[in-house]
Amino acid sequence: MSAQPRDKRMTIDEIVAQIEDGMTVGIGGWGPRRKPMALVRAILRSGLKDLTIVSWGGADVGLLARAGKVRKLVYAFVSLDTVPLEPNFQRARQNGTIPEVVELDEGMFQTGLYAAAQRLPFLPMRAGLGSDVLANNPWIKTVTSPYPDTDGTVGEFVAVPALNLDVALVHLNRADQHGNATYLGPDPYFDDLFVQAATKAYVSCEQIVDTAGLTVDTPVQRLLISRMMVDGVVETPNGAHFTTCAPDYERDEAFQRAYAKAAADEDTWTAFEARFLSGDESAYQAAVAEFAKENAS
Amino acid sequence: MSDEPTRAEVCAAAIADAFAEDGEIFASPMGLLPMLGVRLAKLTSNPDLVISDGESLWLAGVPPIHAKQEVVEGWIPFRRVFDVVAYGKRHVMMGATQIDREGNQNISAIGDFNQPARQLLGSRGAPGNTVNNRTSYWVPKHSPRVFVEQVDVVSGVGPTRAKAAGPTASRYNDIHRIVTDLGVLDVKGPGDAVRLISTHPGVTVDEVREATGFDLAVADDLIESRSPSYAELVVIREMLDPKNLRDREVPAKDSAQKDPAQ
Repeated sequence: MSAQPRDKRMTIDEIVAQIEDGMTVGIGGWGPRRKPMALVRAILRSGLKDLTIVSWGGADVGLLARAGKVRKLVYAFVSLDTVPLEPNFQRARQNGTIPEVVELDEGMFQTGLYAAAQRLPFLPMRAGLGSDVLANNPWIKTVTSPYPDTDGTVGEFVAVPALNLDVALVHLNRADQHGNATYLGPDPYFDDLFVQAATKAYVSCEQIVDTAGLTVDTPVQRLLISRMMVDGVVETPNGAHFTTCAPDYERDEAFQRAYAKAAADEDTWTAFEARFLSGDESAYQAAVAEFAKENAS
Repeated sequence: MSDEPTRAEVCAAAIADAFAEDGEIFASPMGLLPMLGVRLAKLTSNPDLVISDGESLWLAGVPPIHAKQEVVEGWIPFRRVFDVVAYGKRHVMMGATQIDREGNQNISAIGDFNQPARQLLGSRGAPGNTVNNRTSYWVPKHSPRVFVEQVDVVSGVGPTRAKAAGPTASRYNDIHRIVTDLGVLDVKGPGDAVRLISTHPGVTVDEVREATGFDLAVADDLIESRSPSYAELVVIREMLDPKNLRDREVPAKDSAQKDPAQ
């Protein structure tokens, strides 16, 4: 009687090998919070190109745009919070190096993920009406309500199109080898929607534990993601760096400042890439540890 | 303690007044002065306001700005913020890189959207906020670069565009106040235009007109913005912002203190 669900453990490179040129990739987390950065870094090292990236954006978007991986970007904002304007995203937009952008209201973005997760072509909402989100995305249509509103009017609503994803990448605090995953920080963000909106979904986590371990010290309500939504799991300690992954670690503000400063021109960026992004994930983590030591002294 | 308010303190009181009549709703201030003003309102004119830590918790108490609060009264992760936006019991005060005569706001990009001269944050929640719940704006430096004839990208929707988009868009469109370092404005000018309703102590209407890049409507019953009371100054200085972070956003050199030459 040892029947167990499948073991879905993979390496980060095996996960990235599942992605193909031109695919639509949804990246979980929010701005500079709990981003699957180890997987993003693996995409940077890969030969992947022409990706459509769907993200409440932070440095994930900045790094992928700077590396020329993005053909199309779907976003509502891109920000590092303490550095309000993401420098690599800003530069890419101002230089016109992202061929296509879809800027949505952030509530529309959630609704688009809901529609995809529920296998609907669209869901109606008010957000977007009257704004340039509709002017800049003329393919986004409105729909007439078949029912009167509470005030008796029959109105037009935005038909928010489903944000269907080929692949979703999310990072949580703990997972088991089958793909059940729990967040321990303040906010689930929208990681469950990303995985349900995707054909294939991959979870990176700080720590892989026994299934029983998932609820040893945290309530069952924090089990955000079920294994039936997940195709692969990888343990990537400090894998959200330099975004926050509370309570495991906070955002690395000193590193984020160095990142933002380096992005300002070609020479400093080349040096940053050489120091941090030229090797594999363990080389990255070693370089980050070295950086932290320098900053502490 | 001087009972002469600084300009930042006048702004805080004006922001607090924007939330005074809101009743029991979620106040969502974006930025330092809006947070200070909302917390001032909660400690004075409107204790029923629901406030958050700006992250994911509704706070039971009123901590100093940027301090942690132990006692919480609810959970408000980002997904539930969108629920409250649609539910409507919310008043957000956002920033604005541009605001135009019709009360549209831009936080998306400067110049041509397809290849902006300056990429900003992105439209964030502004399109949804402005057609769902009461929305105000905070402008720490009133200038013709902010107050423009027409915004480059419409993120937040003003009343004229909301009406043009139909009853679904206009039904809950409620652009309430624009508080700046020079005065307070609303969108009740002729044809729903932006209109000056008060000037801060020491500021003239002409100064505000010069700092505005369109022909500014002025209320017939224009008043001087009120100075915070002594009790409010104590709350601001001793409780909410003892580190005087407010002066970094609105420098004291423009303070409301009388020109000694006068």
